[in-house]
Amino acid sequence: MAEASPSRKYRVVHYVNQFFGGVGGEEKADCEPFTIEGPQGPGRLLEKRFREGNAEVEIVATIVCGDSYFADHQEKVLRELIPVIRGHHPDLVIAGPAFNAGRYGMACGAICSSLEPLGIPAITAMYKENPGLDQYRKTVLIVESTDTVSGMEDAVRKMVRLGIKRLRGEEIAFPKAEGCFEQGIRKNYFHEEPAYRRAIDMLLRKINGEPFETEYPIPFFDRVEPRPALADLKGVTIALVTSGGIVPTGNPDHIESSSASKYGKYPLEGLTTVDAKTHQSAHGGYDNTYANEDPNRVLPIDMMRKLEKTLGFKVHPWYYATVGNGTSVDNARKFAKEIAVELIRDGVQAVILTST
Amino acid sequence: MSYAKPHAGVHPVKHLWNKITVSDLGFSSPTRLENGKLFIHIDELTSLLRSDPNVKDVRLAIARPGESVRIIPVKDVIEPRFSRIPDYPVFPGVLSAWDPDANGILSGEIVSLSGMVVTTVGSIVGFQEGLIDMSGPGARYSLFSQKHHLVVDITVNEGTQRHDHEKTVRMAGFKASDYIARSVLKNPLSAGSHETLVNPEYPGSPGFPKRAGRNGKPRIAYLYMLQTQGLLHDTYYCGVDVKTMLPRRIVPTEVLFGAIVSGNCVSACDKNTTYHQQNNPIILELLRRDGTDWDFVGCVITNENVTLGDKQRSSTMAAELIASFSPDGVIVSKEGFGNPDADLMMNCSKIEEHGIKTVLLTDEFAGQDGASQSLTDTHPKADAIVSTGNANDVIVLPPMKKVIGDDRVITELAGGSNKCLLPDGSVAIELQAIIGSTNQLGFERISSRFK
Repeated sequence: MAEASPSRKYRVVHYVNQFFGGVGGEEKADCEPFTIEGPQGPGRLLEKRFREGNAEVEIVATIVCGDSYFADHQEKVLRELIPVIRGHHPDLVIAGPAFNAGRYGMACGAICSSLEPLGIPAITAMYKENPGLDQYRKTVLIVESTDTVSGMEDAVRKMVRLGIKRLRGEEIAFPKAEGCFEQGIRKNYFHEEPAYRRAIDMLLRKINGEPFETEYPIPFFDRVEPRPALADLKGVTIALVTSGGIVPTGNPDHIESSSASKYGKYPLEGLTTVDAKTHQSAHGGYDNTYANEDPNRVLPIDMMRKLEKTLGFKVHPWYYATVGNGTSVDNARKFAKEIAVELIRDGVQAVILTST
Repeated sequence: MSYAKPHAGVHPVKHLWNKITVSDLGFSSPTRLENGKLFIHIDELTSLLRSDPNVKDVRLAIARPGESVRIIPVKDVIEPRFSRIPDYPVFPGVLSAWDPDANGILSGEIVSLSGMVVTTVGSIVGFQEGLIDMSGPGARYSLFSQKHHLVVDITVNEGTQRHDHEKTVRMAGFKASDYIARSVLKNPLSAGSHETLVNPEYPGSPGFPKRAGRNGKPRIAYLYMLQTQGLLHDTYYCGVDVKTMLPRRIVPTEVLFGAIVSGNCVSACDKNTTYHQQNNPIILELLRRDGTDWDFVGCVITNENVTLGDKQRSSTMAAELIASFSPDGVIVSKEGFGNPDADLMMNCSKIEEHGIKTVLLTDEFAGQDGASQSLTDTHPKADAIVSTGNANDVIVLPPMKKVIGDDRVITELAGGSNKCLLPDGSVAIELQAIIGSTNQLGFERISSRFK
């Protein structure tokens, strides 16, 4: 315990991306991992705040890795970095804060999540919409930060407060109270009031239109009733929409291979087929060898052209594509709403949705 | 409405509830109450219970709060009561023929023994009986750890079928409770605390129109869901199996008289024992603060049958009956888990469709790690839920010096497992196995939240 050994100096390892590691911006995102002795960038602020909190903390090493490099070689990077981090004998590892940088958040989550089972406390911070949150909230303590670096000071303050508790071996029973995101794990506790009284109090608040907090937020699944089948396709305009990631070669809109933040709209006018030269899969969540070999397998325009003649429908001249891989429900809903508005405006009466 | 039939022109139905405290138990003849200590004549009670041809043996034992005692497997818990209303006995329809629609509910006095309970145990019927620890960490989870128990351990004849076994043990509990109540509460007693509970008047009852009308207070109703999945998961209203009934309005203080009794061998944590039904804290609180903090406008009981058709019909009718009270809001309590979650959500959504606000009481089965979804069904209208805890949560119970019943069944209880016995004699068991630990009438303080 810190009180018992005030002279004890805690060893902390800090993980940052290429930007906070001082290498450069997005153009340096392919940067391979390397280690800097001592603190770097936000690490200096962390160290300062720890000391102000009466915790003798030394950031012994800063590990830097490019966001794209990490995303593309996650297993390899982890295999190499975990022994490096352990070699520094850290009492605590801090990753980020990652704010709303998706790949950075995923990397921070992956590192912390790999260290916790080894008995090394590890914490990170990110914005509530960072895809790293959903992926790692159950296994990692993630401090809530703003979406941009302007919230650095606040994030560091909260990380230091949490870090000190973890250095002292305190159990974090309810992360929300520490400025962290809930981990989504139900945990029992004794309330001051018996349940029947809480129920009546909650009902009175609900009746009076006052704010109340349910004790179990119901997970809500958007259930969509399938439409009845179309009896006759003659004259009907049909669109293709896919979450299988088929995009023109080169992925002009840079749709992410995972946790897509956007979708693309691409022409089908005059195309009787899509092939390996003109189209590819941008999807990182399945083995896309066969989709790349013959993109019709995911975007079946070849078959649509054949059936168009025999059944008398019309293929909408545009298709929409995104990547349904770890994509948040909120993003997916947003894409669907925008796409639906355009399809309706353009007179489309039916859609074939292909997924992978 | 016949159940609101006037008695000597007096309305609404009022019950004076007199509570006599019992601070200790002992065995001696005759059965009597002396300075707060209840003495039980062993031979008289055992011979009464042995009159059931299915009963092979009866053993009586006493357990007190704070003792190193484990009672297992517990079938039911009952509080002895005596009705001073002629022609309206306790356990109406159970120990005597009684038709609530023919006779109406009469006003008058009921006396109870508080601080003690009759607890039935016996060789296991289903796998879903539970345990009570009188001390140690498990004692914190159940109000029964604070009671003095007269434990009635029933052995049935070999070859007795499971349903007959269940009924035999169930009836033995009521008979023992009634025997004690008649023995010590029949004569006038001076000591004791008392309160008068005044029931709501329902639309259609005499006197209703002139008293009805809004007075600015929130109007609150209560939908009381009863476990009726069948196959040893049964509840009885005035002796009638509730799964064969349609939802109906009840006079709330009927529960004081044991109008609702348990025939349940469902998971121990969230089944309502007869004690829970007799002392329903939602009904009591709604009655006690009626007229000052709110208007308690009525109570409907409904079932939790297993077929979809039954669920749809019962939820529609329950919602209509609730709506007939014109409440602003309704408390909905559930019994059991899993299948009844569907009934809970249907009741919630159909009541909300009437423009009536709901708050639901439910426990959770989120897995031992707390990571799973807690309920098997959900509805977006279920936005106000009180959680009575994750029943899968594992608790370590150290061994007790004395076991009443048979603790070899602990691995078979719902919530136990063949791995739950630890080398030092402790058991690592889910809260599910502790009687009443996650009770959904809201007796206990345990809850669950996101970590």
